[in-house]
Amino acid sequence: MSLKKLNIENKKIRNLIPQALTVLALLSVIIYFATNAQINMGNRGISFGFGFLNQEASFDITFSMIEYDGSHSYGRAFLVGLLNTILVSVIGIFFATILGVVVGISRLSDNYLIAKVAEWYVEIFRNIPLILQIFFWYFAALRALPLPENGISFYDISFLTIKGWYVPKFIWTNFNIFLLSVIAAFIAIYFIYSYATKQREQFGKQIPTTIISLVTLILIPLITFLFLGVSLTFEYPVLKQLSPTVFTYAGGVSIIPELIALALALSMYTATFIAENVRAGILGVGKGQKEAAASIGLNKNQILKLVVMPQALRIIIPPTTNQYLNLTKNSSLAAAIAYPDIVLVFAGTALMQTGRAIEIISITMLTYLTLSISISIFMNWYNKKMAIKEK
Amino acid sequence: MIKSIKTWILVGFASLLLVACGQGGGGAGSKKSKTLDNTKKAGFVKCGVSQGLPGFSNADEAGNWSGIDVDVCRAVAAAVLGDADKVKYTPLSAKERFTALTSGEIDVLARNTTWTLSRDADIGLTFVGVNFYDGQGFMVRKNSGINSVNDFKNGISACTNTGTTTELNMRDFFNSKNISYEPIAFEKADEVVAAYDAGRCDTYTTDKSGLAAQRTKMSNPDEHKVLPETISKEPLGPVVRQGDAVWEDIVRWSLNTMIEAEEYGVNSSNASSLKDSENPAIKRLVGSEGELGAAFGLDNDWSLRIIEQVGNYGESYKKHIADTGILPNRGPNQLWTKGGILYVPPAR
Repeated sequence: MSLKKLNIENKKIRNLIPQALTVLALLSVIIYFATNAQINMGNRGISFGFGFLNQEASFDITFSMIEYDGSHSYGRAFLVGLLNTILVSVIGIFFATILGVVVGISRLSDNYLIAKVAEWYVEIFRNIPLILQIFFWYFAALRALPLPENGISFYDISFLTIKGWYVPKFIWTNFNIFLLSVIAAFIAIYFIYSYATKQREQFGKQIPTTIISLVTLILIPLITFLFLGVSLTFEYPVLKQLSPTVFTYAGGVSIIPELIALALALSMYTATFIAENVRAGILGVGKGQKEAAASIGLNKNQILKLVVMPQALRIIIPPTTNQYLNLTKNSSLAAAIAYPDIVLVFAGTALMQTGRAIEIISITMLTYLTLSISISIFMNWYNKKMAIKEK
Repeated sequence: MIKSIKTWILVGFASLLLVACGQGGGGAGSKKSKTLDNTKKAGFVKCGVSQGLPGFSNADEAGNWSGIDVDVCRAVAAAVLGDADKVKYTPLSAKERFTALTSGEIDVLARNTTWTLSRDADIGLTFVGVNFYDGQGFMVRKNSGINSVNDFKNGISACTNTGTTTELNMRDFFNSKNISYEPIAFEKADEVVAAYDAGRCDTYTTDKSGLAAQRTKMSNPDEHKVLPETISKEPLGPVVRQGDAVWEDIVRWSLNTMIEAEEYGVNSSNASSLKDSENPAIKRLVGSEGELGAAFGLDNDWSLRIIEQVGNYGESYKKHIADTGILPNRGPNQLWTKGGILYVPPAR
């Protein structure tokens, strides 16, 4: 008995030793690198530290979602870049998903034309390097768009020009009350859904949840406008002359062409991969499932929505998570077309002005790592939610 | 078991690599120059240049580099190795240049780099001199009706390069004029030019020499003009790593020799015939008097080789900047004796 126990422990220890040694070796490698870098930096009179983050940045950034100008700190500039990276990633993921699902389903369509168009789209866009697509959308679109004085007008409230897409600016009063009401509406919708599910499961009663929740979503915020002093006015962009031939728009909000081009390129490119995932997912659902669904009288849309998609999602989600991560990381190509993301602003200008390469590159790498891991965690949670629940 | 063997091989390999790295680290030497020794051993000067700026450092179709920045590296190669062609050029973006120098990938950075206090003092670099006095300016379309920086109005959009002093100067300038502007900063000069050319921005701002050089790349150069005002001082010069005083001196005096040679009328064609000149300053320049090279471990003909193989500063300027139509007028980059501000300490 005791001998056996010892044996197991021995085995355990035996298994532990190489692992412990590996960790030790890895640690010493890291420490060696760090001290080596430190010594070399010391020899060359380069100091190490993060104090520069509080220094005045003294450069301006084209586009920022928070208040920023050159008098703010490098730390603030980092935040501006980070938010811009997140913005273009979120927009990209949103459109890539929609486009990807539509194209993926279209590839399996019985309609020859639709299926072929979808196939060509996938084959063309996934086989051209992304950086070229970004340049294409940026420079081709730039060349194609008119100068501000001839801007493409949408009902005279919005203008598309080479300098950007000018849209009306929302000016809110009591915005926080409105925001709270929207949150309240979503909570209400959640309860409506769980009530409806209960009713259906217990009594077999169908409640038209879609219409009810839509009404809730409109009604509750509407009340804040009518009774709680929330109001919304618009500031429209107006053409402004800077010199005899130079024009721009004043007022409103400008969506810069760099953002449009980058979001377009990222979503068009990533959508092709998502489309293939969707196709794989749908094809992965057994033929018998569809036939069984058809035999109980479900129509084509119902089969897709109620039988095929829920099962397909389990196949689709894991590789699509990869694509979301890729898109986020690919957004770092923004620097090529002057979209002020974290790489351009922080690992570019800030690095240049401060010369703190090691500090800034480490921060930037950590940031991308954090972003990627966050997406990963969220998608794993969603994947678990969608997975088969053994009962 | 196989897996653990793999791990050990990996670890062993990594440690080997590290030892190699550890030996590569450079130290400071007061008398001996590690960079000089390494350069002699390698047989070429490791020179960092731009990714293509006509007149300063630009490669032709065959990959031969030329320009006044390139000539600084050629001068160093002529002085140290006896052959101006023994240079290995590394094209660098504005962002990469200082890291490449401090990490030892290059030994001389001749890449139209502005000498500023923070760069000189803060990040382990030493500027050895100025080979071009520049200043930041603005380019606009001729038909824009903008004739001076005073015509700029709120809302103007300005394209420039990221990671350069121009980004900071631009802000200082527009702030002092109280003008709100849209800054659009690209990583590469070619994209700045393309975006400005397409009409994305109303003005393009960078060093005036750069504007003049880039204008030649526009689809229609005659439609653009450079505004008369200069909004900053941009002394451009070669840079070396901090901590190798001998190497620093070699690069500094290679540049100074070119300027001094012009001052005394010594050029690539007459240099060797001036060995018996009456003027002791000229004799020192062509190596027939004094032992100047010994001070940094070179022979006495080091400066003669620079003048013979690379030419004096005036020859270099004429060949790369004036004759190419970039800036025919030397402006401040004229000798102090002729109304410019080029003035170097005497070589004696």
